[in-house]
Amino acid sequence: MTAKVTVKDVERVAELAHLELGPEETPAMLHDLNAILDYVAELNELDTTGVEPLAQVSELSLEGSSKGALRADAIRPSLDRADVMPQAPETDGAFFKVPKVIER
Amino acid sequence: MSSEAKSAESFVEKPKTLAGLHEGIVSGRTKAVDLAANYYDRIAQKNPRLNAYLSLTKERALAQAEDVDKAAAKGDPLGVLAGIPVGIKDVLVMKGAPATAGSKILKGYRPPYDATVVSRLEAAGAVLLGKLNCDEFAMGSSNENSAYGPVRNPVDTERVPGGSSGGAAAAVAANMAVATLGSDTGGSIRQPASFCGVVGVLPTYGRVSRYGLIAFASSLDRVGPFASNVRDAATMLGVIAGHDSKDATSSTTPVPDFAAESDKGAERLRIGIPAEYFGEGLDPEVGAAIERGIAALKAAGCVVKPVSLPHTRFAVPTYYLIATAEASANLARFDGVRYGYRSPASENLAAMYSHSRDEGFGAEVKRRILLGTYALSAGYYDAYYLKAQQVRRLLAEEFLRAFAEVDAIVTPTAPTPAFKLGEKTGDPQAMYLADIFTVTASLAGICGVTVPCGTTEAGLPVGMQVLARHMNESAAFRVARAVEAAKI
Repeated sequence: MTAKVTVKDVERVAELAHLELGPEETPAMLHDLNAILDYVAELNELDTTGVEPLAQVSELSLEGSSKGALRADAIRPSLDRADVMPQAPETDGAFFKVPKVIER
Repeated sequence: MSSEAKSAESFVEKPKTLAGLHEGIVSGRTKAVDLAANYYDRIAQKNPRLNAYLSLTKERALAQAEDVDKAAAKGDPLGVLAGIPVGIKDVLVMKGAPATAGSKILKGYRPPYDATVVSRLEAAGAVLLGKLNCDEFAMGSSNENSAYGPVRNPVDTERVPGGSSGGAAAAVAANMAVATLGSDTGGSIRQPASFCGVVGVLPTYGRVSRYGLIAFASSLDRVGPFASNVRDAATMLGVIAGHDSKDATSSTTPVPDFAAESDKGAERLRIGIPAEYFGEGLDPEVGAAIERGIAALKAAGCVVKPVSLPHTRFAVPTYYLIATAEASANLARFDGVRYGYRSPASENLAAMYSHSRDEGFGAEVKRRILLGTYALSAGYYDAYYLKAQQVRRLLAEEFLRAFAEVDAIVTPTAPTPAFKLGEKTGDPQAMYLADIFTVTASLAGICGVTVPCGTTEAGLPVGMQVLARHMNESAAFRVARAVEAAKI
C-alpha cells in the first residue's frame, strides 16, 4: 500500500478514466496522488484479517431494510424520447450522433 | 465581535418560523404569491454578493404559490409546507430547470423529470424558488470548487460557507429561503450548516429517496434539509422521508411525525461523549462552545457519559478511498453523448470523450476520479478499496456498540469555525480534514443533526453534531432542540 505512483501510472489511470491531463496538470496530480496515498496508508496499521467488507450500510439498519425487497418485473413506461433527445449535444431526434468510431 | 469580523459585511437574518408562516397562509393573512415575491426581492438584493443561487425557477414558483392561495381562499386543506419558500441544491433535478451540479460539464442541461424529494415538497405545498450553488458534483468542503464561483458566508463575507452544500446553508442563514435541501456524502450538509449558523440534517441512509439526485458516491449519498431552527428541519424531513420504489436503497421503515417527536424533550436521554472528537486539531474556542452545550444538556436532564470510538482517526482515509472509487464509476456517465457539454471538433469518439471530460471537469473532480480509478485498478483493489470497506465495518460496528449504551452521541460538527476564502485551496489534504468529524456517520449510515451551539469570540458560529442510531432521527432532534433552547 506504500507503492509510489509514477508519471506513467498517472497517465495510465487517466487513460482508463477517459481524462486528458495537460502538461502542467500531470505533475500536480502526481504530487497530490502520492500525498493522498501516503496518508491513506495509515489504514495498514489496522489488522483487518477476517473482517467482512461493508459495501452497503442498509444491512445495518435492521427494521424495514430494503434488503430483499424486489419490485415486480413488469414493463412500465420510461421517459419519453421527445423529452430526452433535445438534451443531447448532437442528435437526429431518434439517435445520439457521435464522431466516427472506426476508421476505414 | 473583533474588529476584523465587524469590517466584513453580514447578511444574517433569521426567517420567520415555518409554523408561523403556515398559520398566516392558512388564515389568508399572508398570500403565498406575496411571500414568494418578497423572497425574490431578498434574493435580488443579497445574491449578487453571496452567490448562493445559480438559477431561479420563478414561473414554477409563482404558479405553485397561486395554487396555494386559491386553495386557501376556498378553505381546502393545505399541506404542511403550503406557500413556504424553499431552495434546492443544484445536484437535485427539477423538470426543465438548469441542473449544473456546480460543473461546467452540465451547463445548459435541463433534466426531463423531477427528483422524488422535489415532488414531495411541492405536494406538501412548498414554493421552490430556485437552484443553489455547491461544490462541483458535491466534492468539496468550502464551495470553492464550484465552476460558477464560490458562495460567501452570510455571517462574514470574507469566509467560506462550508461545502459542498454552501448555497443551501447560506440561503437559510441570509433568509433567502425559509428552508432548503442539500446533499451529504461526507459532511456536505452538516459542515456548511455549522459554518453558517443554521440547522442541518443527515437522515439515516435509506430514509430519503435519492431518485433525481446527481450521484457522487452511492453507498454514502443522502438528501437532507436545512432550516433556521430544529423544529422546521424536523418538519421538512417528515415531508421528504419515506419509501420510494424508484430508489432501490430506499427503506420501508415507517416515518414518525418528526416535528412532534422533537417536542418530547431531552430529559433522561443518555448522551455519549467520545473523547476521540475532542483531541488534537480541535480549535479551542469550538471545544469550549461544545462544552457549554454539553453542560446545557446536563442541565436539561440528560445523562452524560463517555463513549469510546477508537477507529475515528481512520475515518477520513477510509472515506476518501470509498467515496473516490464510487465517484470514478458514477462520473463515467458524463461523456458528452447524451446531455451536457461536448467538446467541439474531436477526430474520433475516444477523443470526444476525453476532450469533453477534460474541458468539463474541474481540478478537484479530476483528482478524485484519478484517485478512485487508481484504487479500483488491477493490482490495487484489495489493498485500497477492499481494505477501506473492512475498516468501514469496524467503524460502523463501534457506533452500534456505543448506541447500545446511549441514545445520542454529541461532538463538534467541524474542528474549526468557517475559514477564509482561499485559505485551503492549495492543499487538498488540509481541506479533507475539514470533514474529520462528519465522515464517520456517513460511513456508518447513521443519522445526525447539526445545531448552532454558540459562537467564537469573533462571532463565528459553532455547530454541535448530534448523532443517533439508524432510523432514530427523533432522538437527534430532541437533543438538538434542548441545545437550541439553551441559547448558548
